[in-house]
Amino acid sequence: MSKPNPTDRLYSRDHEWVKDNGDGTAIIGITDHAQEMLTDIVFVELPEIGKKVAKSDPVAVVESVKSVSDVYAPVGGEIIDVNKKLEESPELINQDAFGEGWIVKMRLADAGELKTLLSAADYEQLVKEEKH
Amino acid sequence: MELIFEISKPGRNAADVTASDVPAVNIEDAIGKKYLRKELDLPEVAEVDLVRHYTNLSRRNFGVDLGFYPLGSCTMKYNPKVNENIAVLPGFTGLHPYADDESAQGNLQLMYEMQKYLSNIFGMAEFTLQPAAGAHGELTGIMMIKKYFEKKNEKRPLILIPDTAHGTNPASGALCGFETVTLRSNSEGGVDIDHLMSLMTKDVAGLMLTNPNTLGLFERNIEKVAQIVHGKGGLLYGDGANANAFLGKARPGDLGFDVIQLNLHKTFSTPHGGGGPGSGPVGVCAKLVNYLPVPRIIKTGHSYSWSGKFPDTIGRIRSFYGNFNVVVKAYTYIRALGAEGLTHATEMAVLNANYIKEKLKPYFDLPYDRVCMHECVFSGKRQVAQNGVHTTDIAKRLIDFGYHPPTIYFPLIVPEAIMIEPTETESKETLDTFCDAMIAIANEAKENPQRVKDAPLTTPVSRLDEVLAARKPDVCWKRS
Amino acid sequence: MDYYPHTPDDIAQMQSVVGIASIDELFADIPQKFRLKSVLDIPAALSEQETIAAMSGIASKNKLQQLTLTGAGAYYHFIPAVVGHIVGRAEFYTAYTPYQAEISQGILQAIYEYQTMIAHLTGTEIANASMYDGASAMAEAAVLCAKMSNRTKIIVARSVHPEYRQVVNTYSWANGYTVVEIPYAPSGQIDLNALQNELDDQVAAVLVQSPNFFGVIEDIVPLTDAAHNKGALLVAGFTDGTSLGILQPAGASGADFVVGEGQSFGNPLNYGGPYLGIFAAREKFMRRIPGRLVGATVDKNGKRGFVLTLQTREQHIRREKATSNICSNEALCALAAGVYLAALGKNLRKLAELNIYKTQYLKNKLLQLKGWKEVFSAPVYNEFVLRCPDARPVNEKLKNKGIIGGYELHKDYPELENALLFCATEMISKDDMDKVVAILK
Repeated sequence: MSKPNPTDRLYSRDHEWVKDNGDGTAIIGITDHAQEMLTDIVFVELPEIGKKVAKSDPVAVVESVKSVSDVYAPVGGEIIDVNKKLEESPELINQDAFGEGWIVKMRLADAGELKTLLSAADYEQLVKEEKH
Repeated sequence: MELIFEISKPGRNAADVTASDVPAVNIEDAIGKKYLRKELDLPEVAEVDLVRHYTNLSRRNFGVDLGFYPLGSCTMKYNPKVNENIAVLPGFTGLHPYADDESAQGNLQLMYEMQKYLSNIFGMAEFTLQPAAGAHGELTGIMMIKKYFEKKNEKRPLILIPDTAHGTNPASGALCGFETVTLRSNSEGGVDIDHLMSLMTKDVAGLMLTNPNTLGLFERNIEKVAQIVHGKGGLLYGDGANANAFLGKARPGDLGFDVIQLNLHKTFSTPHGGGGPGSGPVGVCAKLVNYLPVPRIIKTGHSYSWSGKFPDTIGRIRSFYGNFNVVVKAYTYIRALGAEGLTHATEMAVLNANYIKEKLKPYFDLPYDRVCMHECVFSGKRQVAQNGVHTTDIAKRLIDFGYHPPTIYFPLIVPEAIMIEPTETESKETLDTFCDAMIAIANEAKENPQRVKDAPLTTPVSRLDEVLAARKPDVCWKRS
Repeated sequence: MDYYPHTPDDIAQMQSVVGIASIDELFADIPQKFRLKSVLDIPAALSEQETIAAMSGIASKNKLQQLTLTGAGAYYHFIPAVVGHIVGRAEFYTAYTPYQAEISQGILQAIYEYQTMIAHLTGTEIANASMYDGASAMAEAAVLCAKMSNRTKIIVARSVHPEYRQVVNTYSWANGYTVVEIPYAPSGQIDLNALQNELDDQVAAVLVQSPNFFGVIEDIVPLTDAAHNKGALLVAGFTDGTSLGILQPAGASGADFVVGEGQSFGNPLNYGGPYLGIFAAREKFMRRIPGRLVGATVDKNGKRGFVLTLQTREQHIRREKATSNICSNEALCALAAGVYLAALGKNLRKLAELNIYKTQYLKNKLLQLKGWKEVFSAPVYNEFVLRCPDARPVNEKLKNKGIIGGYELHKDYPELENALLFCATEMISKDDMDKVVAILK
């Protein structure tokens, strides 16, 4: 059973979450449901700080033993920080996908893009539909 | 078991070096101190310990000679011993690749005839034996397709690949700068013709098709598929990994394939060697012959020679001539079996696969309940639903019964896939006992699932921590 | 001769379980018009006895030389008796790729040991479980460098083996890269100025070979510095692995990738194959390199074991995003190499020294012949180039006595008219070398 999806953030259809810091920056990660599907994560390929990505561009890569998945930017912007702890401990994503397992922090290019994302409730609905 | 480094002791050695019969030379003067290495850290063991080390290692390994190896898509048939004896004849092992052609007439004849036999068996115009493995052959074939369109000045950046394809297919396409587009399968496991028609445009160089496909099913619409691809000027590439299903029954060249690669270490009985060496000959139709890799063998009268004079060749894809000694074994196999033998091999391979399919289908989900070819694909879905026993657990439990597991989790379109390819070299008794084991495991999955999840229970090591191996990779031993 | 065990009785019983009356029904999916009506046009089956006779007949049409003075990428070295016995064990050679680790600990551990020995020999931190051969290993290294940097220019030294350069050209053409060749200097080593002139921020990799095709040992450090200064990677190749017994490996001189041919380690000449592609690299490239990798780990009881690891680099998972499509490799040849290296141990150095003694002897004796001159001045390992007044009769005379002469360089290097590339390993005796000189006097 996945952990409940926090209501203090928004979600994409590709199982990423975005937490708006309110100051033009946001933190991005993948959901607990996503980490469950991936199973044990063994490696995270983080982007360079300063890299500019558009909405839906691949921004990171998450590897498990048997699969490789792109993490897509739910909104566009410039990468201003990455979670370096993931280099030594990629399992943080499995253990705490919504907290310690955050992946990148970015300066948003267009805060309006947040409106295209899903609420926690809508995301939960999406996950339910996918299961069938 | 200890590593060879852990049983080393300074001053020991197994192989000696003959004393020099020429004057010694001051190495520092001859070479220069800066070019000399400072230390050489290799194992130091006596021959008896060396032999025991590797012999004991071999006893922790499982080969076809030990037991049934039903790996789908791998054609783990018996490796005839006469092939091994022939392959070590000094006449075959002793020649330097740059020996002059006159001295290599036996080798050249063998390779030339092999190309002719393969051309006949598969209905192609010409073959190259240069690729060292199936994937290498795929790359070669795709390169020839690329060159073909280059010469015609046609820009075709796309290549179509079915969702059932082996991973080497899209990887090979990408390595030649093609963009791969996935082609859907229909509910019968064949090509979705409508989807193919919508995807096939003048931007598409071709379709890479495995026939029979990785579900073990023959493409019933092959004529239509070829028509659609050729109709828009594209080429049809055939992945011949499953050739064991149709030797003497049908020929890819007749079905419309323009280029195919084979795997001698599958269909033609050469040993897998723990991962290689293999050999991946590539056959082409007449319009692609000029693009074959060089050098190529030409026959003048009764003698053979190498020639590089083919201006439209894609060039070389390997040094020298390919995995020659592997070709020797495959050639020997073809000579021993002859036309009838190869056809019987296919017939028995397909019979064996269908026999297993019928015996196991009451116990495991069979996604495509129709006559299969040389392999059948089940799904472990039922066992997952019952008690959370996954295909990987079933595979590991089979090990306890003395079998190498079948191929698992492939093809990707079948969830919890179990792909079984018995090959023709297995007796009815072996198949019966294997089916009994699979049925016993199906029952265990129902009655005592934890036992299956804990498997294997009888091997030198139990399930290994692959996550640790990937998180903290240790691929080189370090002295502590 | 055939290998299927079915008796007519078995077939009948099995047909009834499957629910068919004849084998033919199994092939109903093949459209009738494509069903072969006649038997394949290949020779009729043979008994095992006849097979042996036929194959021996073909083998005997080859003329095995008494002696060979050619190396040029394939070397006649002594193979200790143990090697054949180990690789001849059916548990090894009839096994598949070790995807099921629990029943493949034998080959997995053996390859882990091989990887370790190769990493050490090449002065790097990681080595994979093998590629097809030295040439394709070099080509795949070039492709990897280009994909990692998104640069499209490859610089190759002309002193790299001609066939290796051809394979690099083919792989580069397929990917749309440009290949630029740089010349060698009169010493036989790479022309460093020429390299620096070609280097720019579009170069992904610089490919060199040491000892190079002429047998000359390259000075790797300045080449690596030059490449790195422009953000390019250095790929150093080799063709005779025994050179690593005595020479400073390119990895220790800063090379990013060390690739080469492992045939010299316990694999016969085999008329060119199967051979052994060696691929070694700096640790930072571990998650990008092609080929299989064996890793050490533990089982659920804490016992040490081995698995194929980092498979997410490979084609069966990454598919079109993989940096290589390699699947089957040269595992058994790598096993042979591992046994060879473990058998020789530190004697590999003695073996390399012996190669040097023989080479110096042959070179000096040939130089006593009238008009024969050294072409390159830099130090060599076990191959060297001499220019003689007229090369063709030299090899003709030797051929008449059943000896393969030197490799004629003008075919690949038109400027090296009448230059021959000779090789002397531990397999050539003083008497043989004296005989060669006597024939050529």
